[in-house]
Parts: sequence; structure tokens; C-alpha cells
Amino acid sequence: MSTLEHKLTKTNETVFTAEFHTLDGNGFEKAKKVADRFRGWFDGVNATDNTAAHAHVSNVASAIAMKQLGLEPILQVVCRDKNRLAQQADIMGASMFGVENFVALTGDDVTAGDESEARRVFDLDGPQLVRLMSTIKRGEYMSGRKIDPAPHMFIGAVENPGAPPFEYRVQRVAKKYAAGAKFLQLQICYHQDRLEKFCAGVRDAGLAGKIAIIPTIVLVKGARPLNFMHNSVPGIDVPADQIARVEKAADPAEEAYLQTLEFSQHALAQPGVRGLHITDFRNDDTLERLMTDLGRVRRITTTNEDKDDHAYSA
Amino acid sequence: MTTFIATIEHVVKGPVWGCQDCGQCVLHSTGMTCPMNCPKTLRNGPCGGVRENGHCEVKPEMKCVWLKAYDRTQDWPLPATWKAEYNHLRPPVDNRLKGTSSWKNFFTKRDRWTPTGWKNSTDESAAQGADH
Ligand code: SF4
Repeated sequence: MSTLEHKLTKTNETVFTAEFHTLDGNGFEKAKKVADRFRGWFDGVNATDNTAAHAHVSNVASAIAMKQLGLEPILQVVCRDKNRLAQQADIMGASMFGVENFVALTGDDVTAGDESEARRVFDLDGPQLVRLMSTIKRGEYMSGRKIDPAPHMFIGAVENPGAPPFEYRVQRVAKKYAAGAKFLQLQICYHQDRLEKFCAGVRDAGLAGKIAIIPTIVLVKGARPLNFMHNSVPGIDVPADQIARVEKAADPAEEAYLQTLEFSQHALAQPGVRGLHITDFRNDDTLERLMTDLGRVRRITTTNEDKDDHAYSA
Repeated sequence: MTTFIATIEHVVKGPVWGCQDCGQCVLHSTGMTCPMNCPKTLRNGPCGGVRENGHCEVKPEMKCVWLKAYDRTQDWPLPATWKAEYNHLRPPVDNRLKGTSSWKNFFTKRDRWTPTGWKNSTDESAAQGADH
């Protein structure tokens, strides 16, 4: 059982997950650097699948690298680029290397990326992909062909509490739960009232305690990335006063940090919230500061790789 | 005959519902809104990219198909059994049916075929397994 699954299903501990950085040239060296920053802080790290419709090192390769580097990967599987056959191959491939956490999402459209001319696939949608993961976990491919032994899987999904139609988002959670999702990573939401209503809705639907809610928090250095998210990331709306607050501050970097901390504490106080998912755009010491301010203690367990530093060098 | 039915169906459903001839119609369960008009062809609800004004991530000039479906399911006087199906998990599209008549596929029950692995997975089987 993965640490993430153990903590979420057997304890009441707050969990922290993070978004791994995208890898391109010299990917393994970069992966090592990120792993050194992340190791000991997180219960799971997302191996992203062509984030924002840009091609990068694949989700499966990133997940395997993380395993070798002592991080616990969460394999993100997106519906945009691959049909159901390729998605099953990725899940089985990652599982062969010991990956146990999986998260299914629909994904941004190809038009959000830098190759808008590409064919969009969406052979399955997000909830169907969750059900497909449950099918594999049960020991069958989509066709019914047996997988013996069945891979061990802890399955999650994603939802956006900040995009319309708001009440319907909760019904989507119920659907993903029924399809087999046990945890739910939320997209970043800069409207606290929307997050509150969403979490209350999940509770009122009787799903609190059944599906662990993990809102996303983003570490940014100033107002520019806030403006970027507001203007360019589909489904993300950042209220003008939140942008102005950072923009007009005497020390924007400090104000941006305080804003993140405040949103983190607010999110953790909502019913059904079991942890936070952190996207770090700052790459400075505020990651450590945030984790410490939230009461997290860094725990580094010695892995074989740590004992022999050269075991995983490329 | 089969082609004839498909043609009639296309002529009727094309202009009114924007039918994309997927051959496995779910209009009744989606507030008479064809999910195949969603640029991502999502059959189980909206993606996370819906814009602040309720318009589509991919086509900003178009209202998100799933906002329409949601509003209509609530507001239109549709049969209760249809409305009840709104939140059902619709199975993956059977791409072999593309271009065939969903009316015929409905009467022959061909449109209810799903792969064995999908069929064997139920809400109950999916709910299990958190504790092993
Ligand atoms: S915004 Fe609505 S119509 Fe557009 S891709 Fe997403 S779900 Fe489909």
C-alpha cells in the first residue's frame, strides 16, 4: 500500500502532494534536483501527462524516475493525447515499476498548448477513465481479458470547484466516486466562497470521509503569474482584488507568499479536505517555509539510492 | 434499409440537435443536448475549463454544451425517468457505430453493448478495495 493510500484510508493525517516539474532536455538531471527539494516533504508527487497540452518527458518515464529517486509518484493520466489502449498500456507500464497511485483527468484541450493543430483524442472522458482504472484494479482490461495478478492501485480524480456550473461539480464528484475514485485533487481556486460551497456540497452529498479532497495551492512570486492564470489558463478565474493585493504591495513576493499561506489555511479548514496539492512556480525557499508554517516536518527515509548516490546517476 | 433509416435520422436530428451520428444516442439523458457537440466529445459532464461566462474552453463563442444540458434537464418538462438518467455514468463510445442509425441500434439493443471488462465493473466493485 502506498504512503498516500495508507495515510488517507487508515489515518487522519493531513497529506501533502505536489506537482513534479515538467522534464525536457537533460531530464534526469533536472529530476534529481527537483527530487532533492521534494524528498521528505510529500506523500505523493504527480507525474504529469503533457501539462497544458505541451509535449514533455512522458508521465510514465517521470514516474519511474521518481521511484528511482525516492519519491512516491502519482501517475497522472489524461484523455487528450491517447486512446483507451494506450492509456491502459501506460497504467500497466507504470504499475510494472511499482507505481501505485493514479489520477485520471480529462485534460486541457490541444488548443491550450503550442501544437494546436494536433488531433485531439478524448476517446474516454475523465469519469470513464476512472472506471477503466477500477476495472484494471479488479484484474481485467476493458475487454475483459484477465490481468493476473491485478496491479495494486489507489485511484483518484480531479475536479474544478471554481468553474461553472458550480452545483453540478458536486454531482460530478459523486459520479467519479461511484466510478472508483478515492481521492480528488482540485484545481487551484482563488474564490474562497466557491471552495467553501463545493466542500459543503460534497459533505451534504454524503461523500465526506469517502473521497479525500485535496485542493491545489500555487506558490507564485508576484502578480504576473496570477494575471497569466487568470487570462490564459482555462477554467481559472483570479479575482481582481487578489491580483491587486500582490501587485500594489510594497513587497510583492512577500505578499504573494502570505496570500498562498492564507489560501492554504483556508482550504485546510474546509470539511472533507484531507490535504493540499502544491504547485511550486517559485523555486525558492518559500516551499520549505510554507510546509513549516503549515506544521509539516520533513521526513527523509534512507533509500538504497541515498546510500549509493551513484546508483541512479544517468 | 439501414442506410435509409440512418439518412432519415440524420435529416431529422441533424438540424434540431446538431446530431453527429455517433449511433448511440443519449439525448434523452442529457436534456436533449448532444454531447458530441462538445469539442472534447465528453459524455459525462463538463471539463474543468468552462469559462467564467459559462462558455466553452475550446470555442469561446459557444456556451458549454454541459451547461445547456444541465439547465435543460432541470427546466424542461422531460420525463422523470430521463432526468433520473442524467447523472448515470455513460459508457465509452463504441466507435464502430459511427454513422449508423441510433434508432435502429436502439431497437436491436446494439447501442447497449459494452465491453466485458466495463460491464463487469459496477459501482459496488469500484467502491471496494480501499482497505486491502
Ligand atoms: S467547456 Fe464544455 S463544451 Fe467546451 S470542451 Fe469543456 S465540457 Fe466540452
